[in-house]
Amino acid sequence: MSKKAVHVENLSVYYGRTPAIKDICLDVAEGEYLGIIGPNGGGKSTLLKAILGLVPVSSGTVRVFGEKPGSCAAAIGYVPQFAALDKRFPITVAEVVLTGRLKKGLAPFFRFSKEDKSTALLLLKKVGLEELADRRISDLSGGEFQKMLIARALAVNPRLLLLDEPTASVDASSREQIYALLADLNREMTIILVTHDLLAVSSQVQRLACLNGHLVYHGEPELSEHVVNSLYGCPVDLIAHGVPHRVLKSHGEETHHDQGAV
Amino acid sequence: MIKALFEYQFLQNALISGILASVVCGIIGVIVIEKKLVMMSGGIAHTSYGGVGLGYLLGFEPIIGAFLFSILAALGIGYAKRKGGERSDVIIGLFWSLGMALGILFIALMPGYPPDLSSYLFGSILSVTKTDLYLTAGLTVIVTAVIVIFYNDWKAYLFDEEFASIIGVRAVFLEYLLLILIAMTVVVLIRVVGIILVIALLTAPAATAGFLTANLKRRMVYAALLGVVFCVAGLWISYVMNIASGAAIVILSVLCYFLFYAAHSLRERAQRKKIAAGIK
Repeated sequence: MSKKAVHVENLSVYYGRTPAIKDICLDVAEGEYLGIIGPNGGGKSTLLKAILGLVPVSSGTVRVFGEKPGSCAAAIGYVPQFAALDKRFPITVAEVVLTGRLKKGLAPFFRFSKEDKSTALLLLKKVGLEELADRRISDLSGGEFQKMLIARALAVNPRLLLLDEPTASVDASSREQIYALLADLNREMTIILVTHDLLAVSSQVQRLACLNGHLVYHGEPELSEHVVNSLYGCPVDLIAHGVPHRVLKSHGEETHHDQGAV
Repeated sequence: MIKALFEYQFLQNALISGILASVVCGIIGVIVIEKKLVMMSGGIAHTSYGGVGLGYLLGFEPIIGAFLFSILAALGIGYAKRKGGERSDVIIGLFWSLGMALGILFIALMPGYPPDLSSYLFGSILSVTKTDLYLTAGLTVIVTAVIVIFYNDWKAYLFDEEFASIIGVRAVFLEYLLLILIAMTVVVLIRVVGIILVIALLTAPAATAGFLTANLKRRMVYAALLGVVFCVAGLWISYVMNIASGAAIVILSVLCYFLFYAAHSLRERAQRKKIAAGIK
């Protein structure tokens, strides 16, 4: 059996008295590509933040490459939710990517080296933004912004990449590019992808976890109607847009298409 | 006024403290605006009034009391914000009024005639003493050095606190440090524009600089330069027209902000029209 990148055991996280996630047990093998889906408020982002050590764990354990979260920080790349950032902040694309090259702790008089700068440019090329390096972030489209955040996460040189809805508020062609990029990156690193994009995710990832406070399903990326119903509490119509296979058989009446917050 | 400047020590002190205050204002003001800490800065400033009162009551330099109180307010508000139990704007409001109330109480408990507090409330740059000047200079050096030395850490922290903490930048430490720097800035500004007018000098030059450049470092430099212009011009107006210096400086900087704001909107509208015409 391959080594574990992430080991989560009986994890519960409470915000005040409300549990965001309860009794989660989840193992992610090294090299795996895991998709996490679930309704808004289902605890997807909380689980990512627990793995990153950003939220206090109420009970249970989280281990990343065998260590406590936060202590092996350099190994994790994180792509936060697009909406969480201030797009008017005076900073350029290249400068954002460079922040991923910062030293740990406090670094007095720290200047980015030539190597840092060439790495940043290389990563921008990898995500297809090399021409926008000196662009202000306020002038980026949603897709460009997401790709920039992926480049920044990669600047850390991670072994594990966590992405929180990287295809929210992104146009179709950028979405395709991001999925292609992730598939490519998966050859070098473990990826955990939180998304609302049910259909695309099942064609991309190797394993799927469905989260609605607790773990509804964890396994092969094939969704049964039963799982989706218990996940979203109502029938979800999965519309295929140029994706190899349908995950669910189509059904008639009531439709509720959840593509995530804008 | 130039002749008077060479003749009178108090005018020289006023000018130097105005320039020093502009430097800290420019640097910290830009950060305060980007991090949306304007109300928090107001809270810290007003809490310091309690320290002024305590200074008068116990017979030590009131500005030292203001310094202690503003540091305590910064740490208290920062802690409450981080714990997130109460909403932080409630805590800011409570600190704000508690500080003022304590100031009033301490002054009332003072034996004899109450001192004239308007110089702390509205500033009195013309009565800056040598001691004030040393304190101001020391704080300016500390604030500037801390920002310049850790500039890249600050930038990462300001843009995305979460990511910064993941890659090992000590975000919590930086947050408290920033609040302490704001407290120091407030103390520097009290002499120049006074507790009540601190927010104007902290935001107006920085916000005006925001119209001029989209580069963080340049924005700080421009804000500092604008601050110097406002302070010197305000000082001159106050000297010539014999009105309170703090008021003159604040009115000037706020007017200037609105002027830039109007110019900026007009330019944007003109550009929009141009683009729209191009499409037709």
